[in-house]
Amino acid sequence: MAYPNDRKYTKEHEWIKVEGNIGTVGITDHAQESLGDIVFVELPKVGAQVTASSSFGSVESVKAVSDLYAPASGKVVAVNEDLSQEPEAINKNAQSAWMIKIELSNPKELDGLLTAEQYEAFAAEEK
Amino acid sequence: MRYLPKSPADRQQMMREIGIQSIDELFAPIPAEYRLNRDLKVPRQMAESEIIDYFRECAETNAAGYGVFLGAGAYRHYRPVVIDSLISRGEFFTAYTPYQPEISQGTLQAIFEFQTMVCELTGMEVANASMYDGSTGAAEAIMMAVRVTGRKSALVARSVHPEYREVMSTYSQHQGLPIAEFGFLENGRVDMADLEKKISEETACVLIQSPNFLGVIEDVAAIADLVHKKGALLVVSIAEALSLGIVKPPAEADIVSMESQSFGVPLGYGGPYAGVMATKEKFVRQMPGRLVGEAKDSNGKRGFVLTLATREQHIRREKATSNICTNQALIATMATIYMTIYGREGLKELAQQNLAKATYAAQEFGKKAKVLFQGVPKFNEFVVQTQEDPIDINNRLLEKKLIGGLSLKRFYPELGNAALWCCTEMNSKEQIDTAVKAVGQ
Amino acid sequence: MSDNDIKKATRHVNQNEGLIFEKSSPGKKGYRLPPLDVPDVDYKKALGQAAREDLGNMPEVSEMEIIRHFTRLSTWNYAIDLGMYPLGSCTMKYNARVNEVVARLGGLAEAHPYQPEKISQGALRVMKTLADCLLDITGMDVITLQPAAGAHGEMTGILLMRAYLQSKGNPRKKILIPDSAHGTNPATAAICGYAVENLKSNARGMVDIEALAAQMNEDVAGLMLTNPNTLGIFEQEIHKIADILHDKGGLLYMDGANMNALVGKTRPGDFGVDVMHLNLHKTFSTPHGGGGPGSGPVACKKALEPFLPKPVLVQKADGTLGFDYNRPQSVGRVRMFYGNFGMHVRALAYTMANGYDGLRQTTEDAVLNANYIRKKLEGDYDLPYKSASMHEVVFSDHRQNQNGVKTGDIAKRLIDYGFHPYTVSFPLVVHGALMIEPTESESLEELNLFIDAMKSIAREAQADPGLVKTAPHSTRVSRLDETAAARKPVLRWKPAQAKSAGE
Repeated sequence: MAYPNDRKYTKEHEWIKVEGNIGTVGITDHAQESLGDIVFVELPKVGAQVTASSSFGSVESVKAVSDLYAPASGKVVAVNEDLSQEPEAINKNAQSAWMIKIELSNPKELDGLLTAEQYEAFAAEEK
Repeated sequence: MRYLPKSPADRQQMMREIGIQSIDELFAPIPAEYRLNRDLKVPRQMAESEIIDYFRECAETNAAGYGVFLGAGAYRHYRPVVIDSLISRGEFFTAYTPYQPEISQGTLQAIFEFQTMVCELTGMEVANASMYDGSTGAAEAIMMAVRVTGRKSALVARSVHPEYREVMSTYSQHQGLPIAEFGFLENGRVDMADLEKKISEETACVLIQSPNFLGVIEDVAAIADLVHKKGALLVVSIAEALSLGIVKPPAEADIVSMESQSFGVPLGYGGPYAGVMATKEKFVRQMPGRLVGEAKDSNGKRGFVLTLATREQHIRREKATSNICTNQALIATMATIYMTIYGREGLKELAQQNLAKATYAAQEFGKKAKVLFQGVPKFNEFVVQTQEDPIDINNRLLEKKLIGGLSLKRFYPELGNAALWCCTEMNSKEQIDTAVKAVGQ
Repeated sequence: MSDNDIKKATRHVNQNEGLIFEKSSPGKKGYRLPPLDVPDVDYKKALGQAAREDLGNMPEVSEMEIIRHFTRLSTWNYAIDLGMYPLGSCTMKYNARVNEVVARLGGLAEAHPYQPEKISQGALRVMKTLADCLLDITGMDVITLQPAAGAHGEMTGILLMRAYLQSKGNPRKKILIPDSAHGTNPATAAICGYAVENLKSNARGMVDIEALAAQMNEDVAGLMLTNPNTLGIFEQEIHKIADILHDKGGLLYMDGANMNALVGKTRPGDFGVDVMHLNLHKTFSTPHGGGGPGSGPVACKKALEPFLPKPVLVQKADGTLGFDYNRPQSVGRVRMFYGNFGMHVRALAYTMANGYDGLRQTTEDAVLNANYIRKKLEGDYDLPYKSASMHEVVFSDHRQNQNGVKTGDIAKRLIDYGFHPYTVSFPLVVHGALMIEPTESESLEELNLFIDAMKSIAREAQADPGLVKTAPHSTRVSRLDETAAARKPVLRWKPAQAKSAGE
């Protein structure tokens, strides 16, 4: 699957798509593939503060847990509650299965993230 | 050595194939200065008959054939012979943790049945596959409440088993988790005013025991109301599981931590026993210990697997819900068989017999001494206060092959010459009458 | 594969059996109580509001059904009694029957933990004799039998270290743990209030001495080391490891999970270990029981004695044995009463059956068996670390993975050949690990059957990978859908009506 150009990527395999000062965050297709069948997603509550490069939650398969790292800092303004009932949505389409929306406190942080092209190369190397 | 299935020729052949001359070559990685060049100081190799003789002698110098009035966290109940007959099957006792479900369905289904029975008995929605015992289970319950609430302190009733309280403070001492205690009233029940004074917005949970260490059944619903108003969780610890045959389950609690020794597990000088942890479904991901869940195989057939393992140490390492690895599977299986034997009617009948024996004994003791904590419901334990030191009374009883109640001086000096007595279905009227006679003799 | 190729296993009758609740019906009974010899009490009156209404869905079945139910369940389990159980790091050895007999002797099995010490001398003697044996086996000075399991022993040991360091003025902040360690190690350090710092292994699969020296400082309380480590490799520079720690005031903790490689050949107390736990359910043959109970005694050096959990077993002035509760510096109690006494009995019976010569021979046979397997299979499976193996050997699925066959698949296929799988995907330092620990309990014949099976699976992975990837094919249930089980957990049985009405 090609990585869309409308968003940026972290080396921890999250994506962030920015509209105005709101960043929508999810994990990449490469991440869901290496995790395998996802059974549970732990996400913060609306109103929580997240910090760039720090853990904001976790995603679990049957025999592994991976931390989720925030691509940027800010306040959580929305959480995708559907994922608690249907975590498999991430396996089905990681690019549309968003996790949280952040009100960005420092949009400059995004400059340090990878482009789709850079991420694709990075992910290919990891394989 | 009779357990080792190899002839000298087998060993020679294997060494030849590996390409070594002597077995010591395999131990070459151990630096020479640390190799042990003498025999271990352990007994010489003994024949099976000698081993049995040795332990028989140990068993005989231990109290055997005594009537026992001790409870206090370890209860003497009759153990139907079916239990040992079944758990002595090698398929149960020589199996490991059921990590490979296709060849472990026996253990897995038995634990699933255990989890179900624990839920039915305690009024909780989910139960785990067991903890080490009631004391460590209670400590784990407090740690779980901290994870659920995000709060960092706990309150424990002074009427909780003193050794449970010691274990809790050992566990919590380096976790930035202060545990304070609250008292009990003259009737033996929790001092609600003291609890109300001490509980705060920082309190993760309140832990009580019911029936408590002094034998008194608590008003769980009232305590739950108070605790929940402050946003804390209520943990109910149960040391005498059989009480649930006739005592209302603590359904208002958020976590129930129970010792299941009463269910067919030998007293065994204190262990092994099995703790049980049960809770509400919404807290299951913060629960420690193994869990068995239902699953379907590729043909749609029902089976069982260990599940939600990501909570555990082998996956989450230092972020795990607990460092616990084992459960007490074989003990849990004993308890499952016991609960199956007595079942829906038998547990009630048996609990009624315990209540009847203890009620009779308390009445008789009341004629010669003071039975404390009147006017509140109790199960099979009660506290007797005497003129004389209970140790002296017990010494007289030992001559009659009876072991008297537990002196409480070590734990509750303010109660004076008090002892905690327990009567189960194993105590005959004759034993009770003999014990009563020894008071104030 | 035809049935003729499989020498150890064959298909046989396998009973179906529902849940016990599904066999229950009102009025069936599996018990009979004796008549009450005291006046009956109306419990509803006596307990008032605290009285229970009924016992819900607890089963009602007869004794015959109970025997059949649990016997049938038992036949669905693999067990040591049925064959080799080569789980690495678990030491699945023979569980001697005499152990079970002596543990059930009335005077021991029925002893109440609070009965007076003067009528408990037999039980205390068992504990004292076992403690003395374990002290000489480990080369340590003092011991507690209180911990209920290995991880519980780890916690006790780290608490001892912490109390000792605290008494010297500073408990310190971190514990070093090698990347090959069991998950219990970091989880334990966290419970004891320590941060965990990972320590890398070197190319030989051992502690990297230079990395250790660089990471060791006054913030580090100590190192938790398994020796032999989880790769089955003895830490040859163990004395240097201990020196580096001791020079900076730290302590060396040893996870005794792999003591089956050392008993009678070398002693941790001699090679610099300060505190360690033993797993009686591994090295000392107490049964695993489907996942417990275990027992995890902790032995340590004299300097840590004041901090032992209370009560401490002591010989009193009059020569009798008893417990000392007056231990002001104790880390506290880690469990009620005195530990899993029933396991102490079994471990002592094992030690007596072996004697010093049997214990040494046991260790030698365990190491011989692992090396024999290594020699026979190294042509078929990738051996990522070439250092000498002690009691277990770790291969990887590197070669089979070329065809998409992973360690978990090989493990499942082994079931079809009549063996319990080895430990899968552990230690984490080996990608696709196959961790094999035969123990001393396997005959040459059983080892050869296992080797044949592994070789055959290696061939199948080449010729017919699909066969391996869908294994097992011979069990009463095939691979279970663990993903669905974890997504929508069903953790208890509910009656059918409640299911449809309640959900």
